[in-house]
Amino acid sequence: MEHVETNTSTLRLILAWSIAGIPLLAGVTQTLINAMKLFQ
Amino acid sequence: MAVMMDTSETYAKAWIPFLDRERTVAKPGYSRWMIPPAALCVHLCIGQAYAFSVFNLPMTKLLGITQSAPEDWKLTELGWIFSIAMLFLGISSAVFGRWVEEGGPRKAMFTAAICWASGFLISALGIKTHTLWLIYLGYGVIGGCALGVGYISPVSTLMKWFPDRPGMATGMAIMGFGGGALIASPLSVWLMSKFQTATDVGVFNTFIVLGCVYFCFMMFGAAIVRVPAPGWKPKGYTPSADTGKKMVTKNDVFVYDAVKTPQFWLVWTVLFVNTTAGIGVLGQASAMSQEMFPGHITAIAAAGLVGLMSLFNMGGRFSWASLSDYIGRKNTYFVYMCLGFVMYITVPYAGGSGNVVLFVCCFLIIVSMYGGGFSTVPAYLRDLFGTRYVGAIHGILLTAWSAAGVAGPVLINYIREYNVTHGVPKAQAYNTTMYIMAGLFIVGFICNLAIRAVDSKWHMKKPGEVDAGAADAVPSRA
Repeated sequence: MEHVETNTSTLRLILAWSIAGIPLLAGVTQTLINAMKLFQ
Repeated sequence: MAVMMDTSETYAKAWIPFLDRERTVAKPGYSRWMIPPAALCVHLCIGQAYAFSVFNLPMTKLLGITQSAPEDWKLTELGWIFSIAMLFLGISSAVFGRWVEEGGPRKAMFTAAICWASGFLISALGIKTHTLWLIYLGYGVIGGCALGVGYISPVSTLMKWFPDRPGMATGMAIMGFGGGALIASPLSVWLMSKFQTATDVGVFNTFIVLGCVYFCFMMFGAAIVRVPAPGWKPKGYTPSADTGKKMVTKNDVFVYDAVKTPQFWLVWTVLFVNTTAGIGVLGQASAMSQEMFPGHITAIAAAGLVGLMSLFNMGGRFSWASLSDYIGRKNTYFVYMCLGFVMYITVPYAGGSGNVVLFVCCFLIIVSMYGGGFSTVPAYLRDLFGTRYVGAIHGILLTAWSAAGVAGPVLINYIREYNVTHGVPKAQAYNTTMYIMAGLFIVGFICNLAIRAVDSKWHMKKPGEVDAGAADAVPSRA
């Protein structure tokens, strides 16, 4: 059985990835800012 | 002995129909790319455990507020909260692994969400009433169970959705566990600063908010997770392409049979070695870097190094696991063992020659491989034991993490202490440990070398398959 993956809307995918990705991105950015102290 | 495969899929009905495994079977057209964010929602939340130390200092001033009062809790007492949680992570993943596998990812994620939120709320009650055992029970025991169940809940589902890239798929989820602390640490500090008053350090309200926020996030993950329909395969994927690889099996091994095989214990040892080495430096990086480079690495720079290591820990989980899809799991672990050996031998040289850049590079590579070890191992287990019980087998394997959690810091701290008390300069006090770690990697290399494909006698029999020697066979889920 093989399904064509087109039924999940792009909007749902963007929403799901945003909910997981935005906090992660914020955390990574904050950590990078703190990590820069190593090079000061 | 081999176990009969049961395809009737007669799973126990959940008391909430929404949680039933049958309700999570994806309808035609459901995108598999919805599953990684579902897994991330759970792992990003439970990854908070790595950031629990931000509460330690405020919790020593719950009564004194500005400084510790005599009745306030001591840091040594608070240290047990994290240790209990880690202990129950190992216990719950081993005990509930089979239940997670058979009940499906949604039921497991829902359970993890309930336990994780309850853990925070019970701990908040412990803060309010200043009762430490309530925090041990809440965050330690109940939260620890959430860690174990939540950690393994999406693993086999992801591998079923991504049979063509199992390493990358589990790498994405397990990367979330590493990334959880990056979110939780600044968020917790910010919340405590908002709730802080002249009579309250703000931990109580922070726990309540975190419990509620994490519950919503994890429930979102539970709502969007799906298991693929039986027989589903990604477009253009031909399973026969894998059969050319001797280490990759198309058969399944029952969870309790897997632990009887030498392969399981060899992988256990390899993971234990890799984790021991990583935990040792991860926990002590700040102090170690300052002592090895006095005057060069300040406390602020050391904090920056720890932050950078967190990023490499997280990034390594995704990149090494993704790489393993191309070079194979066994080869990836060979890289960890060989490169780890070289890095640990190099650290004392970097310290002796005052080469900070070399030292930092070594630590970043070591910690990336530490993360990579975690994210590559589910796919390694899948290659050896098949997909059917990989989550449950992975759960039992995580006892290696618990064991390494004890061995790593002990090796670093006690040997350093011994050396310092015997007159070794602080800058060289870690050298012995580094050489011991390098030696451990040789053990890991040999164990990895010894791993072969699992003997066919352990393979679960498909319905109708006759096995003359299977008189003692037990139906699966008996």
